[in-house]
Order: sequence, then C-alpha cells, then structure tokens
Amino acid sequence: MTTDTTDTTDTTGSTTGTGTGKRWVRGLRPDRPDSLRVLVRRPGSLMIFAGLVVLALIWIYPFIWLVSASLKTQPEIFGSGLGLIPETPIWENYSRAWTVVGFDRYFLNSVIITGGTVALIVIRSALAGYVLGRYDFIGKKLLIGIFLITFFLPEGYTIIPVVQLTDQIGLLNTHLGVILGLGAGGQVAATLLYAGYFRGLPKELEECARLDGAGHFRIFARIMLPLAWPITATVIILTFLFAWNVYLLPLVFTLSEPALRTLAVGMSAFIGEYSTDWSGLAAAAMISLVPVMAIFITLQRKFVDSIAGAVKQ
Amino acid sequence: MAALETSRELSAGSARPAKVGVWRRLRKDWWIYLFLLPTLVGYGAYTVYPLVASWWFAFLDWPGFADSGTFIGIENFQRLAADGLFWNAFGNSFLFLILAVPLRVGLALLLAILLNRKRTPFKGLLRTLFFLPVVTTGAIIGVVFTLLLDAGGPISVAMVGIGLLDSPANFVASTDTSLLAGVAVWVWKWLGITMIYWLAALQTIPQEVHEAAMIDGAKPWQEFTRITMPLLIPFLVIITLIDTVGALNVFDLMYTMTGGGPSFSSEVIEIFIFRTAFGATVPQLGYASAAAVLFGVLTMGIAIAQAVGLRWARRATGAMT
Repeated sequence: MTTDTTDTTDTTGSTTGTGTGKRWVRGLRPDRPDSLRVLVRRPGSLMIFAGLVVLALIWIYPFIWLVSASLKTQPEIFGSGLGLIPETPIWENYSRAWTVVGFDRYFLNSVIITGGTVALIVIRSALAGYVLGRYDFIGKKLLIGIFLITFFLPEGYTIIPVVQLTDQIGLLNTHLGVILGLGAGGQVAATLLYAGYFRGLPKELEECARLDGAGHFRIFARIMLPLAWPITATVIILTFLFAWNVYLLPLVFTLSEPALRTLAVGMSAFIGEYSTDWSGLAAAAMISLVPVMAIFITLQRKFVDSIAGAVKQ
Repeated sequence: MAALETSRELSAGSARPAKVGVWRRLRKDWWIYLFLLPTLVGYGAYTVYPLVASWWFAFLDWPGFADSGTFIGIENFQRLAADGLFWNAFGNSFLFLILAVPLRVGLALLLAILLNRKRTPFKGLLRTLFFLPVVTTGAIIGVVFTLLLDAGGPISVAMVGIGLLDSPANFVASTDTSLLAGVAVWVWKWLGITMIYWLAALQTIPQEVHEAAMIDGAKPWQEFTRITMPLLIPFLVIITLIDTVGALNVFDLMYTMTGGGPSFSSEVIEIFIFRTAFGATVPQLGYASAAAVLFGVLTMGIAIAQAVGLRWARRATGAMT
C-alpha cells in the first residue's frame, strides 16, 4: 500500500481496452490505481465492484422503467412484465400529457417561482451574511439565537400561519405570494454560509476601498459580492433544488387556483383527473423530471461539491 | 453543519469596544440594519410570526377561513389527546423515523466507505448514479412509485419471479406494507445525499492515519472500528440529526404515494395536519395548529437532544487527541 497519489479525478477509470500488457511489480504500481486491471488481480475488489454496479443499476432502474413506460401502450405497461423495450414507441403519450394537462403553464409557473425564490434568497442572504460575518452590532447575538432556534423548523409547522398571513396581505393566489412564502423566511443555512465566507476575507479590502471613497453599498456590490461567487453558486444550486421540488406550500397556495400550479402540484392533479391513463402519467412524470435531472447531469460536479462543501468547511 | 459551526464562531464575537452610547452606536451602524432589513422583515413575517402564531391558533376554535377564531383554551389539546387518528399519525411518523433513519445513515456510510477506496473504479460515475434520485421532485417520485409498486408493476413481478413473494402484491395499497413502502422509497431517494455527507466526513481523515494503521498491521475491520469510526462520531451525530429532521418532512412523498392510506396506515403527522387544516370539508385551523405545535415541539426536542449529543461527542473525541 505505497500508492498514495492523492487522486481527486476518479471518473475516468476506463483504461481497459488497449491494455499495454505492461506488468507491474507490487509496490511499483502505475499512477492510476483505479484501473480495471487492479480488479482482475484482486478478487475481493472485483466482488465489491460487482456489488456496487448491481446496486447502482437497481438505483437507476426506476428511471429506466419510467422512460420505457412513457413510450408503451396502456396494456403493455403492466402486461409485459419486466420487459423494458416497447414494441413501438408511442411518442403520442408525451404530446397528450403536454396538451391535455396543460403542462406548459405548470412549467412556466415552476420557472417563475423557482427563479424568484432563488433571487430573493441570494440577495437577502448575501446582504445579511455580509454584515453578520464582518461587523459587530447591537442585536447580533439575538439574531443568531433566533436563527439557531428556527434552523430545523418543519414546514408543516409554519404552513397554517403562512397561508393566513399571505391571505391577509392579498397575495394568496399570486406567484409573488408563493415566492415570498418559500424565500422570505427560513433558509438560515444560506445566510450562515455567506457569513462564514465573508468573515474569512481580509479587513484590508474594505479599508482600501474606503480610502478610495467607496460607500458601504459600493463596497458590497463591487468587491464583496463578486468575491463570494463560490458561495453564491452553492446557494443558487441548493435553493434551486429546494424551490423546484417543493410541494406542500405551492399545493396549499394553489388549492383554489389551478392556473398557478407548479409541475409538482400539477402532476398530482393529473392523477386525480386521469387516474387510469398510466402511460400518459409516465410521460408527464418524465416531462417534470427531465429538466432538473438534465441540469444536475450537466453541473453534477458543482452539485456534489456544493453539498459536500456546505457540510464540510 | 458548517452553518451551525459558523453561527457559534459568529456569536462568540470579539471583545466589545468600550461602552459607547447605545443610541450613538445604532445611529452609526444604520447601514448595517439596512443590509439586514430584507432578512428582518421576511424572517419576522414568515418564520418568527408563524412560530408564535401557531401557538395562539392552537387555542382557538377556528373553522375554515373565517376571519378569526374564538378562544377555547386547551380544548384542542384535550381533543388531540383523545384522537386515535392523531396518535396513529404520531406513531406512524415515529415508526418511519426509527426504521428509515438508521437504514439511510448506515447504508450511506457503507457506500461511502466503498466509494472512498482507492481501488474502486468508476467512482465518479457510481456516485452520480446513487445521487441522481436526490435531485428529483419528491411529489413526482411518489406518483411514479404507485406504478412501480403496483401488483402488476415490475417490483412485484420481480419478487414473485425470484420467489420472495407467493402472489403479486400492491405494496402501496396494503395496510401492512404502505408505510414500509414509504420508508423504502424515501431511503432510495435520499441515500445519495447522505453518502456525500459521509464522503466529505471520510475525507477529513488524513491519509497518514490510514498508513500508520497499515504499518502497525491493523486489519481493515480493526482499522474501521478502532480508528475510523471514533473519528466519525461527531459526523454521525450531525448526519443523523439532518436525516432525522428529513424523516419528519416526508409530506410530498407520502401524500402522493399513498395519500396516508389505505385506512390511515401510512398517515404521518404532516398529512394529518394538512388533512385537518386544508383537506377536510370543514377545515379546522385551530385543531390542526395544535397538532402542528406538538409536531414542532417533537422536532425541536430531537434537534436539541442531538445538539447536546454533538457537544458531548466533540468533547469526548477532543479529549482523546
């Protein structure tokens, strides 16, 4: 076990194929201990790897099944047992789901609500995180105490007063009402992430800028916020996941206003109205899941690093 | 967890400057409060107010969206105590938590250890596959699994095929399995994120520790139980806390998958609250608030207990090194 090349890039383990056939002596291994060749020589590792592969296949099976079901005919879904390949792909399932359900409207609602929530949380958390991280002021300890008490406050606890409040300020059946409900409160983690980052920046930054005559807001907007881009990216990703997938609040807010439903909420309504259209249901589920999965696959390293970073630090 | 850490450092603060007049400090720092304004207003209205208002609502008889309720003292709590369905939901939430959290935390640790091994190839790809369900929409996953877990669906067919089941079963429509199905799907969906937490935790252990153990001739199992695990205890506490709170927030999945049924066999507290407050023909906001308050107290109780546990674990490991 002398190979301790600290490898961080581990995705490209596919050095099989044109094996050079070079033999290596124990203790003098090539730089890439991740290669499949290692497996061949180590039955234990091979077993573990095989187990992981089987488990991973089980893990993504529901998605593969969903793709297949969305292209099958109604009787084929439950008639063909475990077969995944449809006889002839029925693309019409998708157009039916899209038009009958009115998914374009739900899709637009989801985009507006997610965009608004992300913007609201980034702005308010960055502003608050900046002063919390860099300045002492009266009431700071109280504020942090309140943050800690409410850190794990469940959504089911606050939903009734939030609905009642939104109703009183006349925003109950509006996009803005949902955005405020999702983004105005809670989300302490984002604020604290910013605070932790700003706290670590050197004091000289502000002193120099102040000598040049910049005010607090200029310093924040021109120097501090751009520097905090890694945190902003993390907050955007985490908030995006939260706002795109959230269910309870948009469900309650749109009970009397179906036109305002998001993808997640519209989907459940679809079951209620077309409970027997399984293939249409599968197609509708695909339409709802594909955007978020596509974004994840494109930005996956950033996603994983964000979550690991938010936890570790 | 970094966030919690940060908050502690922040409130530790620096030594106060010599007492300047409070009023003068406030005037000098006016811009700080301007920066905080969006948070103060939003947080006040959407987090602190609901926190307090729920308690007030819990003492009201408030049918539907009538303008306001009438004060009835602790009657709602008395009714709750005698309400079999409330205790059923409470028990279901608790059972869900007891089954799902150890499964998610333990399985994720195992996966993280295997994926942290140098000799495992395709680590990045495997990690991505396990993480994929995390980003998906819980409400839609719930709907999809009503199909997958149907008697004619692939899971039942496969289990009959390999002899685990005698006859096809609809897992979400049976009182015996509906809650268990929820646990299984929840663990499937969220395992990936816990795995990432564990990977981050494992990477805090320096490579030298591993080498030293090798040199001393420790077997992998010994190394794990004697060295790795003790170093991971603080992470175990915080990861369990995060996942426990997650296990109490399963409305989207359970509501779309089983709707709490059949015959309330998978109704968790959140569904009880939702049904009472918004789903019933005569919504009972006061009664639902009383249930919500008890739910909030339960969640916070667990969080506080684990925060205490974390402090204790930190001290214990701190004493060792």
